[in-house]
Amino acid sequence: MGLLSDPVRRRALARLVLRLNAPLCVLSYVAGIAWFLALAFPPLTQRTYMSENAMGSTMVEEQFAGGERARSFARDFAAHRRKSGALPVAWLEWTMRSVGLEVYTQSFSRKLPFPDETHERYMVSGINVYGILRAPRAASTESLVLTVPCGPESPNSQAVGLMLALAAHFRGQIYWAKDIIFLVTEHDLLGSEAWLEAYHDVNVTGMQSSPLQGRAGAIQAAVALELSSDVVTSLDVAVEGLNGQLPNLDLLNLFQTFCQKGGLLCTLQGKLQPQDWTSADGPLQGVQTLLLMALQQASGHPHGAHGLFLRYRVEALTLRGVNSFRQYKYDLVAVGKALEGMFRKLNHLLERLHQSFFFYLLPALSRFVSIGLYMPAAGFLLLVLGLKISSASRCPFVASLRSPHSRLGRALQPRGGGVGVSPGSPAGQSPSHPLSGSLTHSHALELWVQLHEAGVGPEEAGGTPGSSPPLPATQRVGLASLVAPLLISQAVGLALYVLPVLGQHVAAQHFPVAEAEAVVLTLLAVYAAGLALPHSTHWVLSTQAPDRSWMALKLVALIYLALQLACITLTNFSLGFLLAATMVPGAALTKPSGPRPLRAALLVLTSPAAALLGGLFLWQRLQEAPLSLAEGWRLFLAVLAQGVLAHHTYGALLFPLLALGLFPCWLLFWNVLFWKR
Amino acid sequence: MAATAPLSLLVLLLLGPGVWGQTEPPRDSLREELVITPLPSGDVAATFQFRTRWDSELQREEGLSVLLKADRLFHTSYHSQAVHIRPVCRDARCASISWELRQTLSVVFDAFVTGQGKQDWSLFRMFSRTLTEPCPLASESRVYVDVTNYSQDNETLEVYPPPLTTYQDVVLGTRKTYAVYDLLDTAVINNSRSLNLQLKWKRPPGNEAPPTPFLYAQRYVSGYGLHNGELSTLLYNTHPYRAFPVLLLDTVPWYLRLYVHTLTITSKGKENKPSYIHYQPAQDRMQPHLLEMLIQLPASSVTKVSIQFERALLKWTEYTPDPNHGFYVSPSVLSALVPSEVAAQPVDWEESPLFNTLFPASDSSSYFVRLYTEPLLVSLPTPDFSMPYNVICLTCTVVAVCYGSFYNLLTRTFQIEEPSKGGLARRLANLIRRARGVPPL
Repeated sequence: MGLLSDPVRRRALARLVLRLNAPLCVLSYVAGIAWFLALAFPPLTQRTYMSENAMGSTMVEEQFAGGERARSFARDFAAHRRKSGALPVAWLEWTMRSVGLEVYTQSFSRKLPFPDETHERYMVSGINVYGILRAPRAASTESLVLTVPCGPESPNSQAVGLMLALAAHFRGQIYWAKDIIFLVTEHDLLGSEAWLEAYHDVNVTGMQSSPLQGRAGAIQAAVALELSSDVVTSLDVAVEGLNGQLPNLDLLNLFQTFCQKGGLLCTLQGKLQPQDWTSADGPLQGVQTLLLMALQQASGHPHGAHGLFLRYRVEALTLRGVNSFRQYKYDLVAVGKALEGMFRKLNHLLERLHQSFFFYLLPALSRFVSIGLYMPAAGFLLLVLGLKISSASRCPFVASLRSPHSRLGRALQPRGGGVGVSPGSPAGQSPSHPLSGSLTHSHALELWVQLHEAGVGPEEAGGTPGSSPPLPATQRVGLASLVAPLLISQAVGLALYVLPVLGQHVAAQHFPVAEAEAVVLTLLAVYAAGLALPHSTHWVLSTQAPDRSWMALKLVALIYLALQLACITLTNFSLGFLLAATMVPGAALTKPSGPRPLRAALLVLTSPAAALLGGLFLWQRLQEAPLSLAEGWRLFLAVLAQGVLAHHTYGALLFPLLALGLFPCWLLFWNVLFWKR
Repeated sequence: MAATAPLSLLVLLLLGPGVWGQTEPPRDSLREELVITPLPSGDVAATFQFRTRWDSELQREEGLSVLLKADRLFHTSYHSQAVHIRPVCRDARCASISWELRQTLSVVFDAFVTGQGKQDWSLFRMFSRTLTEPCPLASESRVYVDVTNYSQDNETLEVYPPPLTTYQDVVLGTRKTYAVYDLLDTAVINNSRSLNLQLKWKRPPGNEAPPTPFLYAQRYVSGYGLHNGELSTLLYNTHPYRAFPVLLLDTVPWYLRLYVHTLTITSKGKENKPSYIHYQPAQDRMQPHLLEMLIQLPASSVTKVSIQFERALLKWTEYTPDPNHGFYVSPSVLSALVPSEVAAQPVDWEESPLFNTLFPASDSSSYFVRLYTEPLLVSLPTPDFSMPYNVICLTCTVVAVCYGSFYNLLTRTFQIEEPSKGGLARRLANLIRRARGVPPL
């Protein structure tokens, strides 16, 4: 405070920051990246621990022994499924009823906005089957869910078998305090979405479904199960949900407890757990897992059927049985015991899971990074934007902001070429105005520090030598020069959001492409067309674009980007961080001078689409399945289609965020780069 | 919810054939009863009733009381107890009164668990006891087994031992047939020294749709998030051709702020205007919302009553110790006169079995039903009463303070004020002061 209220010291600080601007930016950027990579190392990562009292101290003894029964259920299910070619609804109903559940079905149908080529579906209709185990002496106010998503690609027969065997075992027990819903959904996530929407009696995605006949109160937790063989070598656990939401860490701790108790081999992101955290090997492996989790979370796509539950504040995770070439294999009894233990402990819950973290990163199953420790990484990256917010653009920008009514306007008044100078302030008189010294710097620390300096009286400011006279009043521009690029870039963003799905039929009629291809190609076409923006803006502004108004535009763009990234980081850290890591360098270096092709190349490389492409390559490399360029491009096209589809079918927010927020913002920088001088 | 299972078992001890008042043998002053009735899911419910004079000897270890073993009774899905005490006339002229005591115990057995996966049951499986002898105090002791056939053929179920007599009655608008076992009849028990009633299904009952009750209801909270929500009540009228009115009574806690203008009632896709609405708005921390409506339910229809609400923020001392559990919303109460399928004859309460008093019929064409829907659990916006909460509060405070001072510093302009000469009055005063030799103001 004292530093800032003393004008002399403040000016010294400002000058320091102005002089060291470039090194500070580089330092801050490197610090952000380094901090993120350091998250996997022990001082920053901590051991997980169970916070929930109800689950911590109570011991349960697993008694599930229905392995043979599970296998026979699975065989029957697979046989019936092969025979009917779809989910054997009648058989499921009969079987669930025979193990003593209250059985209901729900039919749903959904016409996708365009054909889904990855899953080969367009008009989807299916039937969900669910059975409710009513807890004795309870009023059906709370429930737990065990769900098995069945799809054309993932038959999941063993999971259905295990679920039915567990249901039969659970039915004979008297200790249940919460109802348990055993849910089999058709068409993977679409079925889950339909069921969840119907259960909560809302319609968020345009799904058409029949209302549910039976309910069991507020769902407290859910576990999704995916098994595709009778024996598993390891269990993979997936936590990332829709839009990067995560379940409470206690649910994961619970799973890990029973993994350890049953001696199961558990993996996270398909990676084994490093044992040795004292040497560098463990953390280095942790970095890979951490990056994988960040990429998965940033994608915003649910990493399993559990992901859709999180929207309804149901803590959920997905367990995947993996059968690889490892020696030691576990049968269904081991998996069933882990599930039984989890459900019994969840049954003990008195409150919703809330004690542990909701925001965390996982470098390993037994290690986590809490929100307080990973936030600085994004903070350092955003600091670059803060440092880069250009003070040199103050003159044109300030003029547009000048208003006698706003506090800001009043603060700005005394400065800037003698217009509107208040009688008390002599600031406008002196050619050796302190600010003029900084005018030559194209970038400086906060606009606001400088703005304030403008108002400082000549007594304090007198010593500063001026290197250039203040800008003539004619160089000031109004909002007009900003409005056109802003509007045009937002319009391009809107077109990017709306046109692909809206114009797919037109495109498919006039060009020899299918609808899904048409959507992706329109997407790319609009994206590329956006690059022509500078010319269209110049056409609008041809007469009156002054030299320095690009700074005003860049200032607006920087503030816009910083605000967006900060908001994203708060809700989905991984997405915010990855976007900041890619977009910040390009944004910071953009100006319409210097080696323009080089800057253009850098800016294109840091555009959202390039970030997506880069993320894909990184993802595949970390999965130890590196892509060739052609494969990568094909995958990129598929991912684009999936992203649009996920927005329309599940309400994923990544596509609108990129199309309506970040792409227009990036276009502003593109505009700055090609500003006519 | 769903229908009642097609069979109910009534074990009934009738003690004393209605001769009250005079100094009688003890066996005449005591009537007791056990009613076992099935639940919608196919479970079996049992209701014991003991009716006696207040001064009677209640400690008995014989008769139906043999079946009351705590470890079995508490191994069940549900039980409820009731005690009724009322004055009764000692004689026809009502010159003096006695006190009548009626004890009721209703138990629901999970037929699936006790029957090991089948819906067959027997007394031994349910109670782990059999009836060995009648109560020595009892003058009349009977067991009623509901053997009403819901399908046309009579081959679906079988009771063992075969009953000697049957009894027909109208219960809840439908005609029921009971197999009667008189425990005082020596032939019933003495053949095998014990009576273990059993019921076996010849065909699995899952194949045929069980008869649904004419009126049932469901209630749930819809929506997600912690801001808004909707209370929905589904009222089912399964009567094929009769519409009937239902009185729906809702009490909703004040912390769910009801939006009464969003109250919608739809039947068969059309708006259903209630013929009577009484609404008493809530007062914060004083009284809950009270909403009472008389709704006509069309024949074979589902009526959806929904009303939106906003979740209120409580004061932080008003949260329960377990705020993340959620807050309960009490059930809706449905009262209705449901039309009967079969007209009930007026009965003589003293002569008929005790269980008839459980199902009173107001007149011959309808019977009264009061239903309670399930209670709801609604989560309210809850602060995290833990360390992170404090951290957040402190951080926010610090940020707010910092922001204020920074903003102030960054936007304030410093101006050098020349010391002004002051106003006319001051100059005058200074002149005078100088004249007086006093330092000026």
